[in-house]
Amino acid sequence: MNERLLSGIVLDDAVELTFDEFCLACSQSSTWVVELVEEGVLEPVDTEADHWRFTGTSLVRAQAARRLQRDLDVNLPGIALALDLLEEINELRERLGRLLPDDGRG
Amino acid sequence: MEFRDYYEVMGVSRDATQDEIKKAYRRLARKYHPDVSKAADAEERFKEVGEAYAVLKDPEKRAAYDQLGKNWKSGEDFRPPPDWDAGFEFSEGSFGGDAGGFSDFFESLFGQGGFRAGGRPQGGFRVQGEDHHAKVLIDLEDAYRGASRSISLKAPELTPEGRVVTRERTLNVRIPKGVRQGQRIRLAGQGSPGIGGAPAGDLYLEIEFNPHTRYRVEGRDVFMRLPIAPWEAALGSSVTVKTPAGDVDMKVPAGTTRSRKLRLKGRGIPGKSPGDLYVELDITLPPADSEKAKKLYENMRDELAYDPRERMGA
Repeated sequence: MNERLLSGIVLDDAVELTFDEFCLACSQSSTWVVELVEEGVLEPVDTEADHWRFTGTSLVRAQAARRLQRDLDVNLPGIALALDLLEEINELRERLGRLLPDDGRG
Repeated sequence: MEFRDYYEVMGVSRDATQDEIKKAYRRLARKYHPDVSKAADAEERFKEVGEAYAVLKDPEKRAAYDQLGKNWKSGEDFRPPPDWDAGFEFSEGSFGGDAGGFSDFFESLFGQGGFRAGGRPQGGFRVQGEDHHAKVLIDLEDAYRGASRSISLKAPELTPEGRVVTRERTLNVRIPKGVRQGQRIRLAGQGSPGIGGAPAGDLYLEIEFNPHTRYRVEGRDVFMRLPIAPWEAALGSSVTVKTPAGDVDMKVPAGTTRSRKLRLKGRGIPGKSPGDLYVELDITLPPADSEKAKKLYENMRDELAYDPRERMGA
């Protein structure tokens, strides 16, 4: 048993990763990441910058994209659509939770 | 160990074509994919379907599985017959991604994660360790104060002899103050170890709040209902509110005539820009269950010119 208390990083918009760190964290090639940016699935923090950086939120999105691609064999436009729809569904679920606080959690 | 009926899991007949099996898999995988479904058992079902497909999509494995016989029922106690797989060759390395987590039934037949003996690494063989994903249940109060959790992980590891063994390890992880529902924490290098000197994978923890009887959470904001008496609403009062951060005194403005929401700025989940706590005032009526209470209601009826249906034009 490891008694040491480990601290991680919360993946939100305050966290930024360099392009290389981002590719490594996704276990994917730089080409794959570039394709996701071109498809609009991901957006670098500053698109004009010489060296792209990505937020922690983008990492969560990229990993979901990778799982959908691997598990469901969805192509990139399909992934972009699925992720946008899932985000919308989550927002609607939250709003439903607001209207039906007792049973709208699901 | 329990027998698993992979045809039943996939919802196809035993003589289904490879095409039908693929179609069934795609449909079920979309339905139960943990990134898509919010059902509590989605992840488990997704793994079941993935395991069934790993066997049925591979003609060799499917043939070997089929010759176990049709008489087995799902859940029945099962031991593989000796030399059950004689004459079959299983292709190695056909498992991409998160191969871990297949059932004992699967492993007794096809080996761990699809690697059978002989999968010995060659010189110069380098593979980055797998990432691990786990859900962590915390209470809302933990997000206000921070907490720590013990996480047990089972991970396949390659011994120096080239055998795959499952090791369990326990990690103590700090849950930082200010985390929100659905957020992920990344612990770099805490996934499976790499092979041949390659870097280890990462560990990702997804934060999930236990449902709370008193609070509802939306992003950084927290909502709660506060029952108040009609006179507290009408005359104004100072009430003590139990918030996740402790007791707070709050003023109910005089002249509150209907249920409304009061905002306690910055009393939501803490952070650089903390959320707010919304207190939904819920005016409740005392029951008229005694002579005295009835008298008071009668006095109100007779003395107050109040028509709640005035605007309805009745």
